[in-house]
Parts: sequence; C-alpha cells; structure tokens
Amino acid sequence: MEEKAIYSRPDSLTDRPMHYCPGCGHGTVHKLIAEVVDEMGIREKTIGIAPVGCAVLAYFYMRFDVMEAAHGRTPAVATGVKRVLPDKLVFSYQGDGDLAAIGMAETIHAANRGENISVVFINNAVYGMTGGQMAPTTLTGQKTATSPGGRLVETMGPPVKMCELLNTLDRPYHIERVALDGPAGVRKARKAIRTIFEAQRDGKGYGFVEVLSPCPTYQRCTPVESLKFVGNDMAATFPLGLFRRGGERIDA
Amino acid sequence: MGDRVLMTGNDAVGEGAVRAGCDAYYGYPITPQNELTAYMALHMPAKGRVFIQAESEVAAINMVFGTAAAGKRAMTSSSSPGISLKQEGISFLAGAELPAVIVNVQRGGPGLGNISPSQADYFQAVKGGGHGDYHQIVLAPDSVQEMHDLTILAFELADRYRTPVMVLTDGRLGQMMEPLVLSEGPAPAPPDKPWAINGAAGREPNLIRSLYLVEGELEQLNIRLQKKYARISESEKRWEERDTGDCDILLVAYGTSARIAKGAAAEARAAGIRAGVFRPVSLWPFPGERLRELASQARRILVVEMSAGQLIEDVRLSVGERVPVDLEGRMGGGIPSVSDVLARLRALDTEGR
Repeated sequence: MEEKAIYSRPDSLTDRPMHYCPGCGHGTVHKLIAEVVDEMGIREKTIGIAPVGCAVLAYFYMRFDVMEAAHGRTPAVATGVKRVLPDKLVFSYQGDGDLAAIGMAETIHAANRGENISVVFINNAVYGMTGGQMAPTTLTGQKTATSPGGRLVETMGPPVKMCELLNTLDRPYHIERVALDGPAGVRKARKAIRTIFEAQRDGKGYGFVEVLSPCPTYQRCTPVESLKFVGNDMAATFPLGLFRRGGERIDA
Repeated sequence: MGDRVLMTGNDAVGEGAVRAGCDAYYGYPITPQNELTAYMALHMPAKGRVFIQAESEVAAINMVFGTAAAGKRAMTSSSSPGISLKQEGISFLAGAELPAVIVNVQRGGPGLGNISPSQADYFQAVKGGGHGDYHQIVLAPDSVQEMHDLTILAFELADRYRTPVMVLTDGRLGQMMEPLVLSEGPAPAPPDKPWAINGAAGREPNLIRSLYLVEGELEQLNIRLQKKYARISESEKRWEERDTGDCDILLVAYGTSARIAKGAAAEARAAGIRAGVFRPVSLWPFPGERLRELASQARRILVVEMSAGQLIEDVRLSVGERVPVDLEGRMGGGIPSVSDVLARLRALDTEGR
C-alpha cells in the first residue's frame, strides 16, 4: 500500500521528547511556532529568547538559535538582539510570572518603544516550574500554593489583564488573545503567531499574542478539565479576540 | 599621534567606547555619570549605532546581554546604586560567557548615599557582586587619559576572554576635565564569534545559556570558568610604580586616591621621606606578586582609599606579615587631602625610626 504523509514534524522542531507535563500547552505552542517559522521559511533567521520558568528549556525543542534570559528580562534581551540584528526574526517566549510580574517594566517599555519584536505570552494562571504559586494572572478565588484560601482581591489584587493594559499604549502593532481550549483555539493561536511574525518581518513593529494555556498539574485538574478551565473560566476573566490590528485599536 | 583634546572623564569614556567600535550603549540616568549617557545619546545614533535610554539599570544590563549574545560590542554605565541593580545581569554575563563592558562611576554609599566620589564599591567589583563563583576583569583609571584608554582595552579584553569587564572609576574622575590624546585609527576588528546567536544559517543552532540542570554539568562550567580566570590572572595584571626603587614607605592606591597618593609622595620626598607609590590598574586580577616583592624592601605600607578599607584586604592578602599595613581612608564621599596623607607619612616615618 502506498503511504501518503499528511503530517510530519516541523523542520524547526527537534526530535526530542518534551519534559512538559501531560496536557501542558507549552508543547503545542512550541509546535505552532515551529510550523510558522517553517511556513515563512525563516528558520535560519529566527532567534528565540527563552524565559525563566517551565519553558526555559524551549531551546531543546527549537531548531534555530535560542538564548536564555534572566527572569522577566526577556523583552530587554530581545531588544538588545533585535537592535543590532534588525534583519533577524526575534521573538520572546514568556510565561505569566515572567512577563506580568517580575518583567512587567520590561514588557511595557518594549511595547511602548514599539520594538520590532514578537512576544508570545503563555498565560496559564500559575507559576509552573516553581510549584504552582499564585501568578499575576491567577483568577480571583483560584487556589494556589501561595493563595491556599483562593486569590483574594482585597489583599492580592485582581488578575492582571495584559492585552488590555498594553492596548493603552500607542506603539504596539498587533495585540491578540487566544485560548488553547480545543482544535479551533489552536488554529487561531497559530494564525495569531503568524500574524505577529509577519508583522515583524515587514517592519511593522511590536506584536503581542497572549495564549490562555492549560496546566493540568497546577490548575489542579485533569487535562480535559484544564481545557474547560481555559475556555470557560479563564476566558471569562480574559476576553478572547483582537485588541489591536495594524496599529489600530479594535473597539470592544 | 591622535588629536589632543580637553574632555571630562565621563566624555572620555564615551569617546573611548565609540572608538573601540561599541555597537550599542544602554544607559539610565544617575549622577555622577550622566554626561556619559548624554555623550552616547549624541554620538551613537549619529554613527548609525544603537543608543537606548532604558527603563531601568536592570533593563539596560539585559539589553547589553542581548547585544553581546548577538555577537556585537555592548556597553552600559551607571553609578553605585545602579550598579547594584546590574549585578544579576553581570552574573548572567559571566555564566553565559558573554563579553560586555560596564562602567561604574562610583558615588558615596551605602543606600542612596550621596553623589560625591567614592571607592566603596571595590568589594562588589572585585569579589563578585552578583551570585555564583565568577570574576569580572576590573580596570581602574586614574586620569582622563586612562578613562579613554582603559575603556578601549576593556572592549578588547571582554572579547578576548568572553567575560564582563568593569571600568571602576568615581565621580571625581568622571566630572573633571583634563587634556588627553585620543586613540588613533579604527580599533582592531573584534575576533570571530562563532558562538553568537545571529541566525543558524548553514550551521547547527547556537544556544546561549547559564542553566545547567544535569548533574555535574554546572560544575564542569565552573571548572572551565576557573581555568579562564587563571589564564586572565596569568596575563592581565597591570600596575604603575612611582619611586619604588628605594622606597621606605610604600603607598598603595588606585584611581582618584592614587593621584592624591602621588602628590603626597612627591611632597614627602621633598621633605626627605623616601615614599613610593604602587598603583594597581587592574583591580582584578590584582597584581599581588609585584606588591609582595616591593613589600620585602619597604618598611611600611600605607593604603589610601575612599572607603572604610577594602583595597587594604587585597594588599594584606598579598604581603602577609612581611610589613605593617596601615589605612588612610575617608568614607561617604569624603576625599583624603594631600596634606592628610603627608601628615600620616610623617607620623609613620617618625614612628618607624
């Protein structure tokens, strides 16, 4: 019987088992990035900046140049790379603690300068690598290792909405929030990543994609329940959709 | 010979960086180094190079980290409290073995301190500062000429050893004007950087990291770093001597303090006291062997520094019990005067006879 390949590993993804927990969203997003890089034919021009957190080892899975950054400093490091290598495709890959807590200043100022970089933000509402502590994006009432009674707005503040926050700035070119809550969400995530990578390639400027992402281990549920948590609970706090397109704000 | 000009020390550092082929400068306002950031804002973009006023000292050192990883020459500068903020980044540069130049125009501390010149960041500069077992090369100019020359050298050493290099100076050297001769001609091209992340075109992907989770890997990195530090110690010790041939009392000082020590030593000589000066130019690696040789002929050592006594620890480590070592120090932005040091020399001279 003749075999017909209908799917294969992207060239930009290494053939190495991932260390992520079952049901984790990181592997999916790594694959989406690798597919987009392949489609655009830019593997030899792409530079990834890995965060501190579960995805620090992203470089084991991505078959292009990658470097680490200190916790939260990824947008500053990406700025330092892109400014001296303007013809390369530079993206920063960050989790919620990295991007919205310790790295908030770097995140906002890179966006405000309109750096011609792409930021892929994995929001799973918890710190993963350190053991499920409260993140800036942990939902109100959500139980974590450091909010054992549930996140209390009165003392811990409400979850930080990064797309909305960045959308107050004038310089970003594209801001979008997607959710890995099922195949349709995955396809939207892929399209959004392609949009910001193409924007950077064309010199349009700063692109930001927030990916609501499953983390069954620290969302304290099964992988299937985690998809529902992402699509229902998280999306209720973090509305999905386009916030900025082509440099123009989208009215809600 | 290059042009002879009149400049502040901070500007001389900036012009040195420009002439050394610095590709990108990232700064943040803090006194007393602001002239340097302003100099770079004026001159870097004009040459098609990168200048960013970062959102913080933390962001600035991490922009340096990115540019260094991309294989280009990068510099940042600050003053004491801002340098404290950069320590995480310097540790990462050391761990990832990236070349970079950091300038510390020291001011009084601890805390917010003041904006007067100080040398109280010696320990931070030469003993590590950030976390982990690492060293950075530390160069200490004592003139506007050296502010310029040592900045250029800092870029060369950073690339040669893939390591952060600090130019450790202070507000007085940064702010004062002196004539200097600018370096001539283009700086030698940086070495090839096959390790840089600049797109994996026609090669395997490069990876720049300082995280090593597999058992034993991090120890291997540290062993490699220590071998590199041994090589640097072997080759890169620098110092200046004045009247050390027959000296009875040896003054040891760097930077601004060394200028004062030289003035006091000259006056002491005129008064019949055989004083000499040993000035470490590289604070790490510390030129301890030469100091030990000199200690066998001097009767006493007087360390002059603008701190509670930090350099003096390396002096004592170098000379051991061979000779008594005293301190003439000022703290919190105070500067020793030539007459203070001279009085101390007279007292030591009398005491020893």
